Amino acid sequence: MVVAGSRADRAERIRRLAHEELPRLYRIARRIVGDEAEDAVQDCLLKAFQKIDQLQDDTAARSWLTSILVNCCRDRYRSQSRRPDEVEFDEVEEFSLYRKIAYEDPFPYSDSLHLDFLAEFGNEDVRAVLLRISELYRIPLVLVYMDGFLAREVAAMLDAPLGTVLARLHRGRKLFEKQMWEYASERGLLREVTR
Amino acid sequence: MISCAEAVRQLWEYLDDVIPETERVSVEAHLARCRRCCGELEFARELRLTLASTANESIPHGVLRRLHETLEELEP
Ligand SMILES: [Zn+2]
Repeated sequence: MVVAGSRADRAERIRRLAHEELPRLYRIARRIVGDEAEDAVQDCLLKAFQKIDQLQDDTAARSWLTSILVNCCRDRYRSQSRRPDEVEFDEVEEFSLYRKIAYEDPFPYSDSLHLDFLAEFGNEDVRAVLLRISELYRIPLVLVYMDGFLAREVAAMLDAPLGTVLARLHRGRKLFEKQMWEYASERGLLREVTR
Repeated sequence: MISCAEAVRQLWEYLDDVIPETERVSVEAHLARCRRCCGELEFARELRLTLASTANESIPHGVLRRLHETLEELEP
């Protein structure tokens, strides 16, 4: 059913496919490039329009658009060559947020301190924590845990081996745990409750 | 029985259901006997939900309007 139609046909097709996807694409971009999310989605729409003839099957539009978006987000990082601070991996590999909370006991009068800890985090806080993690790890985390893609679908999007994506997910989860704790400590999320 | 450290290392893969069958069996055997790791499992489950909850963020009207405009303007 793929026909390389006129420019008008192609514009119509991308409109039809992208229309419902805009909020989802924007949310993903917010978690990957933060304040540049709108620009990243704009880039994605223009690029998708250029490449629309490469999309064989309209039912694959969701992952096809996501893949283009992710690459537009990565281009933004490349062009700015910025890189969030990253903690040493060895230190991260051994980190367990569960044990850290149990050990530090930030809410001494609570009998559900782990849930109390998580309850301190609103959407904006979680987004801020994600943005502290290098995009190398953040992108698979967002796609798998926020958007429900499978690791092998993410591997195809990033053009990376499955083993690489699984390793990044593993490390990404550890970094996320570690940064949750550091964010809570720095932002006084722990103190406020114990006061 | 596998150690707590080994069990914990595989908890997310276990929750994601991407763990090989033999390892799934050994994680479940460990969880059946270890209360602390059950706590870790419950927490990992909540942490996944916390991560997923960010998927419901609303999109500002102005942003949505501008993105729709871009789509509308695609053809000359
Ligand atoms: Zn255990």
